[in-house]
Amino acid sequence: MIAESMYQELILEHYKHPQGRGLREPFDAEVHHVNPTCGDEVTLRVRLGDGGKVVDVSYDGQGCSISQAAASVLYELATGSTIEESLSVVDEFTRLMQGRGQIEADEDVLGDAVAFAGVAKFPARVKCALLSWMAYKDAVLRSQA
Amino acid sequence: MSVPSFDVERVRKDFPILSRELPGGRPLVYLDSGNSSQKPAQVIDTMREHLAQHYGNVGRALHALGSESTEAYEGARDKIAAFVGASSRDEIVFTKNASEAINVVAYSFGNPTNTDERFRIGPGDEIVITEMEHHSNIVPWQFLAQRTGATLRWFSVTDEGRLSLDNLDELVNERTKIVSIVHQSNVLGTVNSISPILDRAREVGALMMVDASQSVPHQRVDVTDLDVDFVAFTGHKMLGPSGIGVLWGRRELLEAMPPFLGGGEMIEAVWMDHSTYAPVPHKFEAGTPPIVEAVGLGAAVDYLTSIGMDAIKQHERELTGYALDALGEIPGLRIVGPRTVIARGGTVSFTLEGIHPHDVGQILDDVFGVAVRVGHHCARPLHLRFGIPATTRASFYLYNTTAEVDALVRGLHHVQKVFG
Repeated sequence: MIAESMYQELILEHYKHPQGRGLREPFDAEVHHVNPTCGDEVTLRVRLGDGGKVVDVSYDGQGCSISQAAASVLYELATGSTIEESLSVVDEFTRLMQGRGQIEADEDVLGDAVAFAGVAKFPARVKCALLSWMAYKDAVLRSQA
Repeated sequence: MSVPSFDVERVRKDFPILSRELPGGRPLVYLDSGNSSQKPAQVIDTMREHLAQHYGNVGRALHALGSESTEAYEGARDKIAAFVGASSRDEIVFTKNASEAINVVAYSFGNPTNTDERFRIGPGDEIVITEMEHHSNIVPWQFLAQRTGATLRWFSVTDEGRLSLDNLDELVNERTKIVSIVHQSNVLGTVNSISPILDRAREVGALMMVDASQSVPHQRVDVTDLDVDFVAFTGHKMLGPSGIGVLWGRRELLEAMPPFLGGGEMIEAVWMDHSTYAPVPHKFEAGTPPIVEAVGLGAAVDYLTSIGMDAIKQHERELTGYALDALGEIPGLRIVGPRTVIARGGTVSFTLEGIHPHDVGQILDDVFGVAVRVGHHCARPLHLRFGIPATTRASFYLYNTTAEVDALVRGLHHVQKVFG
């Protein structure tokens, strides 16, 4: 039962009850990212405020439990934080996902996102977890451009 | 026709991989033969024997090994010609796979080096495929349309997963140059009736190709009875190795077609500024071919023949009926494709309400050792037509059992518990 450990309770919770889901206005940038191998997709918007604050991250999409839960966790972590803080979480999450399960996650930085550590052992699913996080990074860069 | 006795347990003993265990002591339940089939010992041993005792290059080496290897390679061509009822061994072209076979034909159209009227195509001309094609029978025709300005058109698919022939006479018309359709859908399991479409193609003077990748492994397919112009299929789905596929074509059409790849062994004579080409089929087999793979495919058709294609078809029909009944009882499960065994093969695709196929596949594999395919199965337009991004697909072959269908059903109930 290797994969069942991947489906942490927290992931299933976010999948069944996604936080912050739905596209909202106003927003500074909107991006659409797809995972061509499985057809997962996400549309994601960011709204930035004064002092580098992330006012809102709103999203809609379809896909597996991993991709949908990852978007929900991203919403919780990014909204209300600063651009700088949130991008450092994205970097740490990316490092964890690409670590083939060999990397110790920094729980202080990742918070709930640490629940995805098991996903890194399944190369086919890493892209699912990263989909919305890469979309977020892209949206932030575009809104600053 | 009498069907020889079929003993699935005896068949399973021929496939070494079916008795292996997966990590964690899980038994393997292989329900992904539509993706690629497993190989019997007879194929593995033949390939090993060829590599160990007979290997040399084919067609060009004059020594003993060269002639033994050539004999085995060309012998495989004879076996495959007989297996599909080709009227001549020269009509069997070895390719890398079915995709290459279809590309060879598509490349022949609208090609300036091909002056044969039947292959002339340009703006105003039409190519007809179907909405249930594998990408391998879509993209080469898109290339052709883009290259020549011809128009790509397609038959639609009904809610039940059958081809809609309502507009046959409008769709296949005097402007149509080629109709290329799948024999058995790799997603729906639907087996298409070729003759009404062929009759219309003949009426308007269009050529016709059939992608038989999913039918040749599972039922008796006779190209002479089928009576179309081209048939493509692939070795790895019919107990043979990967890296070998087949294009069958009418000899006079193959002769009219330009070579596809240029290189060694496809020539008759070469000067610095031009070349003449070898007769068919070698004209289409540039470079050192997949020798051991062809020999392996020869062993695979020997094996299939020894079991009997009618017996295989009958076994799969029983399994499919069993699976359709069992899956139909799972709440929230929707079968995408025909729900009867009539004109249908042993490929069953479905969705589970509220659960993504990737999650389904992961749990089936992880907890039950059940190998299925999840995703769009290289048939994205078909999934778009049904308004879904992906399905879970179980596909059966001669070595599968009802106990394995039971394992799938148990697994699906567990998946629903995890994600419910």
